[in-house]
Amino acid sequence: MPTVIVNNKPVEIGASERLNCIQAAERVGVEIPHYCYHHDLSVVASCRMCLVEMGDKKPDGTIAMQPKLFPGCQTPVKDGTVIVTDSKKVKDAQKATLEYLLLNHPLDCPVCDQAGECGLQDYSYEYGRGYSRLQEPKNIKPDKDYIGDQITLFTDRCIMCTRCVRFTREISGTAELQVVSRGTHEEIDIFPGDPCNNKLAGNVVDLCPVGALCSKDFLYEQRVWWLKSKNSVCPGCSTGCSINVDQNNDVLYRLKPRENPQAQGAFMCDEGRFGWKYVHADNRLTLPEQRANGQIISKNWDAILPAVRNALKEAALRAPNKFAAVISPWATVEEAYLLATYVRKLSPTAKLAIGPIRTVGEDDLYPKDVHGKPVTPTKFTIHAEKCPNRRGVEAVLKQIQGSVIEFSSVLNQVSKGEIEALYVLGGDPEGWIADADVIKLDKLKLLVVQDLLASAASAKAQFVLPGGAWAEKDGTFVNFKGLAQAIHRGLRGPGEARPDGRILMELSEKPGMFQAPALRKEIAKAVPALAALSVGDLGELGVPLETAAAKSELQPA
Amino acid sequence: MPINPKDVDWVEEPPMNFWEATFLPAVVDGLRATGHHVTHFKPVTQMYPEEAADLPRHYRGVHRLNRDDAGRVKCVACMMCATACPARCIDIVAQEAPKDDPKWADRDKLPNSFVIDELKCIYCGMCEEACPVDAIELTHIYDLTGMSRQEMLFDKEKLLSVFDQTKDSGLDPIRTHKGRLGPASDFQQLPTLGPATTVVGDDRSAKAASPGVIK
Repeated sequence: MPTVIVNNKPVEIGASERLNCIQAAERVGVEIPHYCYHHDLSVVASCRMCLVEMGDKKPDGTIAMQPKLFPGCQTPVKDGTVIVTDSKKVKDAQKATLEYLLLNHPLDCPVCDQAGECGLQDYSYEYGRGYSRLQEPKNIKPDKDYIGDQITLFTDRCIMCTRCVRFTREISGTAELQVVSRGTHEEIDIFPGDPCNNKLAGNVVDLCPVGALCSKDFLYEQRVWWLKSKNSVCPGCSTGCSINVDQNNDVLYRLKPRENPQAQGAFMCDEGRFGWKYVHADNRLTLPEQRANGQIISKNWDAILPAVRNALKEAALRAPNKFAAVISPWATVEEAYLLATYVRKLSPTAKLAIGPIRTVGEDDLYPKDVHGKPVTPTKFTIHAEKCPNRRGVEAVLKQIQGSVIEFSSVLNQVSKGEIEALYVLGGDPEGWIADADVIKLDKLKLLVVQDLLASAASAKAQFVLPGGAWAEKDGTFVNFKGLAQAIHRGLRGPGEARPDGRILMELSEKPGMFQAPALRKEIAKAVPALAALSVGDLGELGVPLETAAAKSELQPA
Repeated sequence: MPINPKDVDWVEEPPMNFWEATFLPAVVDGLRATGHHVTHFKPVTQMYPEEAADLPRHYRGVHRLNRDDAGRVKCVACMMCATACPARCIDIVAQEAPKDDPKWADRDKLPNSFVIDELKCIYCGMCEEACPVDAIELTHIYDLTGMSRQEMLFDKEKLLSVFDQTKDSGLDPIRTHKGRLGPASDFQQLPTLGPATTVVGDDRSAKAASPGVIK
């Protein structure tokens, strides 16, 4: 095994691994500060923050150090490479680099949105000199408030790391951003009339290590140290990007991609990033409702839950074959399991259908060339299937029912009068039924709608149960390639909306409270396709279903 | 954490001599002090509310939001005060400075609303400490009354009016920057910067690892 020596500590690296100094040092927990380097982008070694001392350990044990400092991001390591990151020489270089980077930086941290999560702040604190010796006025460049519909540029804060430029060239392939001018006049800019509006544009804001590129959506909304973050999964499409849900006082402020090599990598698309606004929509269902003859007769959970239970029991007794449940692909695995088992317990011949699976266009592959055609290798995919958990729900339905019934066939049967009682577990902000089809629901004797947003369909329901948005509940989403990832309750829902898992636990009178890890273990036993969930806690990166399932088959239980 | 016995020095009371043991000198000293208070009577009680209270210069009363030379609110809505506030009584909603208004050309951010709950406030002055642009200050106004809790939520306009009311009172002069904004907001004509803090020769930060870098 090749061995690299970082600050006198040996690091074993794989024989075929191609690492640079930063990555090798990371293995032993040594941080080499860097701005321009990002593992998904090409290396330019322009910020000079990662300068380290390097040398070579000869086979006879002598070490020959190079006289100059080397950029750690650009220098590959091999067997016997010696890296020193804590010598006087390196520390002086870091101080000098930071002093240069801060020469024209306005230091307007109090008004800057990045303050608190800023690379300049962190490294200045950790590696900087603490003061500047510049005696001249700073070179202040005018702000550009239209880089894209969602992006604004505070030109003076930029440290010219060009991460954003490389992102648009290498990951999105759209190449809107560029560096104009040279030397001290360098600025990030767009071509006139060609703003940075591609579907991955929001990532340049995350990539910016300072507060130069800011998101207009989040601009001045909150100071970042007030935000409380929970790990979650973007529900926008079946890619299932790992994200952080940043909220304060139960108000969601932003989503940020969380790096997960098993899921999407380090980025996310703008549809997901800015597509969560329905979580705080005015037409969120906030109170449970029980209707009789079109009149609301109760808005109290304690009264409505037993009423729903009785109504479902009656319906199942009256016509066990005319009983159906629709589980949206926006529901978590746990909710699908709870509802499916509950409905099957009421009526073993009940039909279980998956809600409408919304697809928009085709899978959108990045990077693209100048003509908008995808280029291989694909670095990011926005899937056409706009739901987070089709595979998870299907796995549950296949196990419990043997097959998956499409929503359209259930709707057909409803319109023919072959289904009298319908329980709908929604969650899709676009709704689960077309406006033209709502009239078909008139033939139902019992309609229970557990959903997020008020709709024409929920207005017809005898029972409306306000559920939680994905950011308001714990659970599991299974993405397009079978990666099961945990979502966590980041904020409380509006009014008396409850997480769907809790509603279903109480409805089915399952003992105990809704605990996603415990329920996952139960599901893993009941649904072999989801056996990988037996770990309970899926961790930050999630668990792939296939490999874990294959492993559990090999090992006798 | 218990104190390490090694760190404790025990000091013995010195033994009393004959005169001290009679306690007469101590009694005479005490009577002298009592007599001094009778002959040199100087009351410290202030007859408030009949007379206006004489407040110390550092008194911390109702807040004010300062204005700059142009009459704009100095506050840049950085929310440091709200962050520092132990009583959580400050609520700020920020907005972007109007881009096309030349009046705000040199500013990025300003408070859209700025509300202090004067009832929740414990008047500790942490907001004043935290403010990077010296926009929030505590004044000498102490007789604060209101008919409702709502009335005691001071908004931006009210806090600016406190500034207008107190700036010429003598007790609460405009103390800092002579009406100029601090460096955080005033970066159009940023003054040449020396070291952020005065660095003395023997300061740790001035001792660079390699000689010749400093100076």
